[in-house]
Amino acid sequence: MTALRLEGISKHFGAIQALSDVSLSLAAGEVVGLMGDNGAGKSTLVKIIAGNFRPTQGGMFIKGREMQFHGPLDARRAGIEIVYQDLALCDNLSAAVNVFLGRELTRSVGPLRILDYPAMNARAATLFRELRSETRPRDKVKSMSGGQRQAVAIARTRLSDADIVLMDEPTAAISVRQVAEVLNLIRELKRQGVAVVLISHRMPDVFNVADRVIVLRRGRKVADKAIAATSPEEVTGLITGAIEHA
Amino acid sequence: MPDNSGANAAGALEAVIDRQSHGMVGRMLGQQAFWVFLAALLACVALSLTADAFATPQNLFNVTRNFAFVAIIALGMTVVIVSGGIDLSVGSVLCLSAMILAITMNAGYPLAVGVAFALAVALLVGFVNGALIAWLRIPPFIVTLGMLSIARSAAMVLSGNKMIFQFGPDEKLLFALGGGSTTGIPNPVIALVLLALATGFALRWTRWGTHVFAIGANEKAAVLTGIGVPRLKISVYMFSAAMAGVAGILMAGWLGGVTTNLGQSMELSVIAATVIGGANLLGGAGTVFGSVVGAALIELIRNSLILLGISTFWQGAFVGCFIVLAVAFDRIRAYRETDG
Repeated sequence: MTALRLEGISKHFGAIQALSDVSLSLAAGEVVGLMGDNGAGKSTLVKIIAGNFRPTQGGMFIKGREMQFHGPLDARRAGIEIVYQDLALCDNLSAAVNVFLGRELTRSVGPLRILDYPAMNARAATLFRELRSETRPRDKVKSMSGGQRQAVAIARTRLSDADIVLMDEPTAAISVRQVAEVLNLIRELKRQGVAVVLISHRMPDVFNVADRVIVLRRGRKVADKAIAATSPEEVTGLITGAIEHA
Repeated sequence: MPDNSGANAAGALEAVIDRQSHGMVGRMLGQQAFWVFLAALLACVALSLTADAFATPQNLFNVTRNFAFVAIIALGMTVVIVSGGIDLSVGSVLCLSAMILAITMNAGYPLAVGVAFALAVALLVGFVNGALIAWLRIPPFIVTLGMLSIARSAAMVLSGNKMIFQFGPDEKLLFALGGGSTTGIPNPVIALVLLALATGFALRWTRWGTHVFAIGANEKAAVLTGIGVPRLKISVYMFSAAMAGVAGILMAGWLGGVTTNLGQSMELSVIAATVIGGANLLGGAGTVFGSVVGAALIELIRNSLILLGISTFWQGAFVGCFIVLAVAFDRIRAYRETDG
């Protein structure tokens, strides 16, 4: 089943053409690596999918239905969640509260509505278990490793049961062992039928976890290949322009 | 950690997820507020032994009442500092709301009307502070520094810079409210306890409180998760101003008169109390208990200097040392934690 399909997406800012005629599709349970040099249009494309920008031209379809996003909230309602590079976590709050931030569970005590910590901790524990991450719901994020922080950010997307998760450089600033942990998290998302767009500069990560790689160069899609049918050398050539098109 | 894919590792994973990292004792020892509380307690014991006049009911009555005003304002300051802001206008807001109360009652209106006016003006000032900070994104330091000047100036204009010491028909009621006691406990202390419980509850058990901590730690994250940050910030500054207003009303009743220098430079004692109690000026950390204990400690220092016959000129030096010491201890502990 196609989770997300883009058709002929173009975006220009004034005279600058950031994206021209990009089409792609993404199936449920598929992990696609989105690669390209700085300024290739990766983040513009992601921002269009996330509802931050509106495309100048082209259409976006989710499960076959055409969508028009007027803001990030629209995208979220359509089942798209973003894991930001800096993860957007609050260090001083527990993992569970971070997962629920902005949509906390409450219960009534007399006339008051108070936070339901036991319910949030229990639900967060379930999510971490599903992600097979050793993350304790009651621990403050402050004391957590990079991999555990990723787990918290990803658990947040599972809370809303998102169908599509965009991950912006999730392995950019963490240790080797934690990278393995994050790649496992991505595999868990895949196993649960989530379509994942992995924006990354790191070739080994993409080849480790992605099913397909899409390469952008100067706003155009220059490759869209199954991982098995390509090689890191070819992708590097495509990113730099040494190889024109594949 | 990497081999958590196997079937029998699932049980181990379960155990790790369900484990709690710190017990009650561990959490308590990790709090600056706890150590400051210990320091205050030790000071009390030492004073009881060395100064006969300390542990008398009358002295304890005075000490608790004296710090109640600073502590009530510190409740509001705690919330502001946790949210990543600062409110320098509280001393002036205290003066302005006390003056509004005095003028209203002086004109013959009952206490309830005076209190309502005073609190309404305080809330309005807080709203203006919050709106400028949240909507125009002017730094809180600048906005509230301006308001420090404006609010006191307004109090001078309204009163013609004269002291008001006649409060109309409800005068006795006002004096009883601020200067009296209930079952032997000064009324301002009772107000402090009730407001501290309410503030502590709100910070710990409501979405509002969680969001205040969230914007203090990572405002961008709060925005991304859909928290209404501008509204939240405005509510924070309104809360702080309201606490200053309450303190102003009680203080007017206690002193039996309102002058335009009421609460002058009080914001510094309040910020000192909050910081001694463990609030982080960078935002994201602070407790109600800590701030109240911090306020108590400052008053204890003052009281002990008087009782021990040391010049009160030393008060600033002692309070200053405590501010630096309390934060230094916290830093040292933080280093140890990151090392381990």
